[in-house]
Amino acid sequence: MPFFGFRGGVHPDYNKGATSGKPIEVMPVKEGALYGVPLAQHIGAPAKALVAKNQEVKAGELIGQAAGFISANIHAPVSGKVVALQDLPHPVTGKTAGVIIEASGDQNEILPAEAAEKFQDAVLRAGIVGLGGATFPTNVKLSPPKKVDTLLLNGAECEPYLTCDHRLMLEKTEEIIKGADIIRKALNIENLIIGIEENKPDALAAFGKFVSAYKFELIPLEVKYPQGGEKQLIKACLNRTVPEGMLPLEVGVIVHNVGTCLAVFEAVANRKPLIERVVTVTGAVKEPKNLLVRIGTPVKDIIEYCGGFLGEPRKVVMGGPMMGFALSTLDVPMMKGTSGILVFRSEDLPDLRQCNCIRCGRCVDVCPMGLIPSVMDRFVIREMYESLADWHVMNCIECGCCSYDCPSRRNLAGGFKTSKREVMKVLKAREAQKNG
Amino acid sequence: MADNKFLVSFSPHTRDPLTTDKVMMLVVLALVPSILVSFYVYGFYAVKTYALTVIFCLGLEALFLKIRKLPVTVRDNSALVTAILLAMNMPPSPPWWLVLAGSFVAIVISKQVFGGLGQNPFNPALVGRVFLLIAWPAEMTSWIEASTLKSGFMFDAVSTATPLGQIKSEIISSGHIVSTGMADVTDLFLGTVSGCLGGDSAIAVLIGGLFLIWKRIIKWHIPFTYLATVFVLTGLYWLISPEKTLNPVQHLLAGGLMLGAFFMATDYVTCPMTIKGQVLFGFGCGLLTVVIRLFGGYPEGVAFSILIMNAVTPLIDNYMRPASFGEVKS
Repeated sequence: MPFFGFRGGVHPDYNKGATSGKPIEVMPVKEGALYGVPLAQHIGAPAKALVAKNQEVKAGELIGQAAGFISANIHAPVSGKVVALQDLPHPVTGKTAGVIIEASGDQNEILPAEAAEKFQDAVLRAGIVGLGGATFPTNVKLSPPKKVDTLLLNGAECEPYLTCDHRLMLEKTEEIIKGADIIRKALNIENLIIGIEENKPDALAAFGKFVSAYKFELIPLEVKYPQGGEKQLIKACLNRTVPEGMLPLEVGVIVHNVGTCLAVFEAVANRKPLIERVVTVTGAVKEPKNLLVRIGTPVKDIIEYCGGFLGEPRKVVMGGPMMGFALSTLDVPMMKGTSGILVFRSEDLPDLRQCNCIRCGRCVDVCPMGLIPSVMDRFVIREMYESLADWHVMNCIECGCCSYDCPSRRNLAGGFKTSKREVMKVLKAREAQKNG
Repeated sequence: MADNKFLVSFSPHTRDPLTTDKVMMLVVLALVPSILVSFYVYGFYAVKTYALTVIFCLGLEALFLKIRKLPVTVRDNSALVTAILLAMNMPPSPPWWLVLAGSFVAIVISKQVFGGLGQNPFNPALVGRVFLLIAWPAEMTSWIEASTLKSGFMFDAVSTATPLGQIKSEIISSGHIVSTGMADVTDLFLGTVSGCLGGDSAIAVLIGGLFLIWKRIIKWHIPFTYLATVFVLTGLYWLISPEKTLNPVQHLLAGGLMLGAFFMATDYVTCPMTIKGQVLFGFGCGLLTVVIRLFGGYPEGVAFSILIMNAVTPLIDNYMRPASFGEVKS
């Protein structure tokens, strides 16, 4: 089994011990509780609301219709009554349009999604998006405009603290492989590769049992962040380099997170819409857990279900510690892309006092995309977007390795993230000039 | 619960424990072997010189940050590193005003004037040394004989010449090396020869330098290419005309080369950040050092070479940018 590796990356403390041994637990739906379902839980256009206030809905019922090519369906996560159509707090955009449903007592039945002939339609109807956190509508990724020879399953889970994929790989091993098999057969893909970081030997063993039955390649990955980055994973497993600004498709690969694969299996085999997902709740909470949670559950309720805070919380992060978003309010609802809820106390947090860049070059050494973050940081400070474009800021995957390793505690990745919109304008203007 | 108690900041939410002040402290720690050797060789003179540079450098840094109405960040330890390196680049027993002048040029002129930590184009300690060397050549080259701790505490030190200085003046006056037995390799290695306060002991510098490489504070590329370039070029010259220069091993061990290669050329702020750039930088330092030592008017070329290469650093960083992941050459 070849392993080629990739350049750069960091080795943060993994802190997965609190939850890696804990089986996935179902968080029950509480009667009368409010579930806030955002209409945009994916990259692309928000879904169009299909329900009105006071309308009764069933769990699994379509309440938001995908609006356009890059968009995803939204289903009612619980049975109950629509009490409001209003803005919900969102960790990134501040607020987002959503539907609030008050759960009723009866949650035994989940309405299946509409039947479909093509598996892509089944995926579309189930509202599946990339569950690794990027939330790109999965049906789009599964309709490649050119020949794909390799399907790569991402079981790296390189973000510290998170164990939801790890538990899924242990508890739903065959279902995940079956999901991959469905995709492989439908798209006529020769190779199936499953990559799992070496620090999950039990998951590697679980998949190992199925290697001969399903004929795939299992690759133990080096334990390093961001091993799960799409381009890094392809480089590490196949030694193919995705050209800058292009998709994995360009080198004949599609990459799916293991959780997404499971959702595809459930959508195709059981017509189950995506109304719940596994989330790792850990850090300063009384009982850290891997929880199967309905979409729309407020973070507040999830933390309460885990016994509440341990000590005085200072920061609550949605997602992993490397790429997740700090929440300003616990009313933010659980979304399709939410893989973790992490609670930090003051004493758990690093000292973030910035000082000047000392040009130590550590950011250059760890950047998995071959960028020079320290120089780009100066362009960010001076709003030199032309220069940022020339230094390939759009190639930045926002993994945060540079900020993580910076001894001067500079906010490198954050600066690139916020500058990208302006850089896009520069690039568009250049394009226009070239064509005009 | 009150929501405003939550801290909102950009990801990542976890950081490597290494901070800038710890980096600087590790550099200081790596200099300890050299400091101890200088205590042993120059005794009281060494203690006094280190004390003066530390007081002047830290004091001036704090004073000028205050004048600029900036937070006084002396605790980032960068001025401490400059102070120790400046002391090591001075004669063992300089008068107090020479130390003050050197500290002023190092901290104020070459660092704070450019914007403080991280903004200076040239290595502050080296700017201080070169300024003093040009302004007060006599005071900067009044060496005292290396001796043990005991005699070092006496105040009747004998003045002498450094091995490289001796060779240089012999070649200038008679065209070839006159003295024999000068610059014994063992003495150079241990540091029991006359010279600047610190860095004379190759073994002590090497211990510190390897410690920094092991701790991943510096990479091996600059010191290695620097030393290898000097070794190869002086070796070639020595093979052609052995009567005109020391052998390449003596060249490696003599003067400030070791200290320069491991502690000055690798200064983060003033050296290139990429591996390719660092290799070129190390080679440039080596080439210039050899040219100055063999054909220039000064016996030593380390300080000038590194400063000249410091000036080239922005160019190297600009033109030796490695390809971005999947970069398509247009």
